[in-house]
Amino acid sequence: MSQINAKTKNLKNFSTSTERFEGSNLLCPGCAHSIIVREVLNATDDHLILAASTGCLEVCTAVYPHTSWDASWIHIGFENGSSAVAGAEAMHKALKNKGRLKQPERTPKFVAFGGDGATYDIGFQWISGCFERGHDMMYVCLDNEVYANTGGQRSSSTPIGASASTSPAGRTSYGEKQNKKDIMGIMAAHGAPYVAQVAPNKWKDMIKKIQKGFATEGPVFINAMSACTTEWRFAPEDTITVSDLATESLVFPLYEIIDGTELNITYRPKNVIPVRDYLGAQGRFKHLFSKQYEHIVDEWQTRVDAKWEYLQRREEARV
Amino acid sequence: MADLFELSDVEVWDGNMAASHALRQAQVDVVAAYPITPSTPIVENYGSFMANGYVDGEYVMAESEHGAMSCCIGASAAGGRVATATSSQGFALMLETLYSASGMRLPILLNVVNRAIAAPLNVNGDHSDMYMGRDSGWIQIDCYNPQHVYDMNLVAFRVAEDHEIRLPAMVHQDGFMTSHTAQRVNTLPDDVAYNFIGEFKPMNDMLDLDNPVTHGAQTEEDWHYEHKARQHHALMSAVLPKIQNAFDELKALTGREYNFVEQYNMEDAELAVVCMGTSVETAIEVSNELREQGVQAGVVGIRVFRPFPLEQISDALKNTKAIATLDRSSPNGAMGMLFNEISGALFNTGTKAILNNYIYGLGGRDLTKVNLHTIYRDLAKNAQSGQLMTPLQQFTGLRGPKLSFF
Repeated sequence: MSQINAKTKNLKNFSTSTERFEGSNLLCPGCAHSIIVREVLNATDDHLILAASTGCLEVCTAVYPHTSWDASWIHIGFENGSSAVAGAEAMHKALKNKGRLKQPERTPKFVAFGGDGATYDIGFQWISGCFERGHDMMYVCLDNEVYANTGGQRSSSTPIGASASTSPAGRTSYGEKQNKKDIMGIMAAHGAPYVAQVAPNKWKDMIKKIQKGFATEGPVFINAMSACTTEWRFAPEDTITVSDLATESLVFPLYEIIDGTELNITYRPKNVIPVRDYLGAQGRFKHLFSKQYEHIVDEWQTRVDAKWEYLQRREEARV
Repeated sequence: MADLFELSDVEVWDGNMAASHALRQAQVDVVAAYPITPSTPIVENYGSFMANGYVDGEYVMAESEHGAMSCCIGASAAGGRVATATSSQGFALMLETLYSASGMRLPILLNVVNRAIAAPLNVNGDHSDMYMGRDSGWIQIDCYNPQHVYDMNLVAFRVAEDHEIRLPAMVHQDGFMTSHTAQRVNTLPDDVAYNFIGEFKPMNDMLDLDNPVTHGAQTEEDWHYEHKARQHHALMSAVLPKIQNAFDELKALTGREYNFVEQYNMEDAELAVVCMGTSVETAIEVSNELREQGVQAGVVGIRVFRPFPLEQISDALKNTKAIATLDRSSPNGAMGMLFNEISGALFNTGTKAILNNYIYGLGGRDLTKVNLHTIYRDLAKNAQSGQLMTPLQQFTGLRGPKLSFF
């Protein structure tokens, strides 16, 4: 643990520490995925067995004959990264029990990565199955609120008012009509021992949660906000700025839920900024700043306020 | 350590129980499965072995067949022996991952208890699921009774896991007709069965923490073709010799003989019926009856379906005068699969045999001896005149007006 503490004490050490996820990959400049993955992998010195569902991370990091992964890694399909790592975890258990592990003195951690399409939509059943069965694994959703790998189609994580390629804004539409699915509540309702929402700009909060997750026995769900320069439409150098706007406006509140009930808010902005500032920084919401659609901006603020109120009440109530 | 299960030399097992005991004796490390009729008892029996200490691997009851095979793939890539079972709709749901398993060269064993595919919904046996899997890159071995199911499971593990092969394998049996019909099964003691299969030797295993590996990479037009070609190459060149070796050793061990293509009354046969599954046994009975009447009737059963034993098929059939190919899957707009495959196998041989095609037994409809006598009478007509006297494709055992094409 001492090694890890030295590594995670300051951002410079942390960002330059030995990586099991190589910088050479095909992700867009400014993509938050690589920041999140590096933060997850660097949060532990333990060996890692990794899986990824089809998506940006997968297609950009394992294009034969290259790989960005210096840890065992598997990809099967779009929907089953969770089951892939759960299968590996089951095999580890079996071989441990039978005394056939090659390095029995070392216990690896099992982590699956998936985008919001692979998590909220097509892979949801597989994740739910893994959590119900209680595999000792961590599932990290890289939540960029859109099918970014295939050109920006809406997912059930796409927030209301965003213009996505299958729910475009136009003369008669303000874009996506549905509110983002509450994946945190759904995963907590599985009775998972640890569920947390993180953002890469709040890296200390994130490291703490990832380490807490790794120390937890059983299935752990991490929803990581991943600002997408390409589909959210902001300049590649603004990834952290936009992420800051998300956490400071409480659009993306940082909290954890332990054993499905104990909710803790882990970050309270000193000066909460208007949601309008977050929306205004992204091309996907540009059309909302017109007379015709500006009521959606007001609705956004009301909804974010209500959610924050709800989280605080949940935190107080301990239920 | 799992407890020893004392077996009698001869047990009365249905096909599902035979498969369950083979999995138990193989000491499978991970079984990840989802129940579906008629394969359900395979995993139920296995669960009962588990609950009573006869199995010490992991048993993952997944949330769907797709999830089950996904877990199997993760477990197999992690580096151990993996098996499961399914049928029909479950097989169809798994299909995406079947291609992944073979493309990733993971030696998973899948017991497929053959059943029709909806719509209309039907739980009974036909070969629709088996046919659906035929381009998926798996080894496919077919069984006609519970003894075969037991023996072929042992063979399949051994061949699939061979480092020169590294391909997944399906062992097929007919839904209900084999899976739920208790018959005599000669058994091997646990240690003998296990030693026949051999210890699992991991390769590119994710759990070797000192040698990280990447499984399931992306390849586009630059490498995809080469990967698929190597997979096909392994199926075409390496598998049959390894199966032959396993058959030889099994025969030395048990006296039971198996062949890629099973032949009955074929030495001087003029009329041949080619089929798969339990129908082979019915056809043998009819051929024996015809032999008593002096008709030179024979039967060819496919044992190894993939890789397709093209040379052995053409050798078995090229000297006949008339051949009936029997397909238990609706071809939906074409000739039946066996008709096409066997035509292909014979085309360059100079054979004069007349081929025709029968669709039969869909959704569990019985193939009766009367049906088979009719088929052999058709063959006799074709053989006698040296040309096709019957329709090229006929539906046999169908109620209502006769249905035929070409």
